[in-house]
Amino acid sequence: MNGFRRDAGWYALILPAFLLMSVFYIAPIVQVLAISFTEPQPGLGNYERLFTSESIQRVIVTTLRICLITTVLALLLGYVLSYRIALSSARAQRWWILVVLVPLWISVLVRAFAWVTLLRRQGLVNNTLMEVGLISEPLALVWNEFGIIVGMVHYMVPYAVLPMLASMREIDPRLLAAARGLGASRGEVFFRVFLPLSLPGLVAAGVLVFIFSLGFYITPAILGGGKTLMVAEWIGLQILDLIRWGLGTMMATMLVVSILATLAVFSRIVDLRRIFGSGA
Amino acid sequence: MSVTGHALAFRGLTKRYGSFTAVEDVSLAVEQGEFLTLLGPSGSGKTTILMCIAGFVAPSAGAILLDGRDITALPPEKRDFGMVFQGYALFPHMTVAENVAFPLRVRRLGQAEREAKVRAALDLVQLAQFAERLPRQLSGGQQQRVALARALVFDPALLLLDEPLSALDKKLRAELQEELRALHRRVGRTFINVTHDQEEALALSDRVAILNHGKLVQEGAPAALYERPQTRFVADFLGKSNFLHGRVREVASGRIGLTARAMLLVQNLPDSTPRPALGTPVLLSLRPEKIVLLAEGESAENEATGRIATWSYLGAGFSLVVDTPDLGPIRVVLPTWRAPIAPAEGLQVRLGWAADASVPVMDDAA
Repeated sequence: MNGFRRDAGWYALILPAFLLMSVFYIAPIVQVLAISFTEPQPGLGNYERLFTSESIQRVIVTTLRICLITTVLALLLGYVLSYRIALSSARAQRWWILVVLVPLWISVLVRAFAWVTLLRRQGLVNNTLMEVGLISEPLALVWNEFGIIVGMVHYMVPYAVLPMLASMREIDPRLLAAARGLGASRGEVFFRVFLPLSLPGLVAAGVLVFIFSLGFYITPAILGGGKTLMVAEWIGLQILDLIRWGLGTMMATMLVVSILATLAVFSRIVDLRRIFGSGA
Repeated sequence: MSVTGHALAFRGLTKRYGSFTAVEDVSLAVEQGEFLTLLGPSGSGKTTILMCIAGFVAPSAGAILLDGRDITALPPEKRDFGMVFQGYALFPHMTVAENVAFPLRVRRLGQAEREAKVRAALDLVQLAQFAERLPRQLSGGQQQRVALARALVFDPALLLLDEPLSALDKKLRAELQEELRALHRRVGRTFINVTHDQEEALALSDRVAILNHGKLVQEGAPAALYERPQTRFVADFLGKSNFLHGRVREVASGRIGLTARAMLLVQNLPDSTPRPALGTPVLLSLRPEKIVLLAEGESAENEATGRIATWSYLGAGFSLVVDTPDLGPIRVVLPTWRAPIAPAEGLQVRLGWAADASVPVMDDAA
């Protein structure tokens, strides 16, 4: 009885946050779910389009392809960067982390437009390559999948670095010295000891980057130039321009479901609390 | 296994970090099959020397020789030394068997040979039944034995131990000391151990090298170091000691007479050692257990009277601090079994010790 009353006090404290979340977050999502089954007429009509509409399937396949490539590239670049940071001195580490985090403070919009100015036909990259004489015609570097991937990888590298760096920092440097002392070459130390021990961070970073990528909106919208559609932009198009609420909310629901499914699968492989940094 | 130990020597070993000298001109030879301990307080350079031997730290000057061959420039993985790291450094993602197999795997041994050697190594440390466990599922003592098996499995030229027992509690440490000593006898290899624990050094080693501030202070068999310390630092670091200050009053054959304030001290001094000049100050180290309490009518070559300032009961012995007018506080350890007195603060006692109980030491206190 006593315990219940004390608990009730604690629950009262989290009530405002709970109400805020349910009214402004959970309720709209439930409504999105509801609309996807009711507009334009009640039934599973919107979901049927997943199997019948080629354009919808193309959007999904494009999104998955871009997200996978982005994830792989961000992991590769991020791993090298994390490895370099993890092995540097404590002082150097602080500078490195600052350098990695600074891009996060700059608006996505600004960064996307910055890439446009670099990659467009008369942009810095094409002009430089032409002046050097490596190419005679400007390369199509933007307003296609390539441009989207460049922008997304750039955005995602810090998110890949942070979980990987956290897991690399947990590796006892004495293990690496021990491996060498026992006769392993530098390569063997990396592949037999460092890589396996940093694997949880690698998987965590992969999940994080992939899930983030699925819902990307601004970067693909600007760097894709409307020619390459990803899921988020497609949803915006359906709802804002074509006023097809049913289809838009159906795809939004699919996005939420696939994110939850990804998390469910990986939560069986790695400890999610470690990835998202719950205080141990 | 037969005696296949190798001899290691280093000459003029020096390691500087900027203006700080961690190791200064240390020369030492470790013989085949010997168990040598580098003993010193933290910051004495003992671990730096071990890291130089292992190849993780490049010396600023000096040479390291294995069986007469210069190995100073070899990287650690080419030296073929087994090493037990502080905290063991077992690979947490590998089972016990995989940990022990690691040195064989990187040496590209065939599977059959590898498995046989891993089994033999685990048998050696009596851990065969834990082969499939992960290191974190083992106790500290078992982890330590896995680290030993891993360091010995590839028949290394010598075994390096970096504070191998420091992570264990006192009782376990004593057990593993005996095991380590027995293991050394069984495998007949050259062991080089680093520790700050003087009891461990005395119990394990054939020979101990004592280091302080990066320099080799004294080396020798444990008993020789304990009984005949050459400097105040060695006497103080290796066990407990009283230090008596005196001035030379007379020099005779085999002994000298000293004055300490109003008191006369007799000190044995072999004729082979240089005779001190009259009037020079001499520092004597006197172990607390070499002092006896004199009963009425008993006498000794050296006698001092004082009052017990503090005392404590240690089980096997009493530890007394006796305030004497001429020598200051003197620490005495008495066996409790049939102790001649019941200690009490303020009790007056007469202390006695023989002329060969104390040794003159060089005063190197900083």
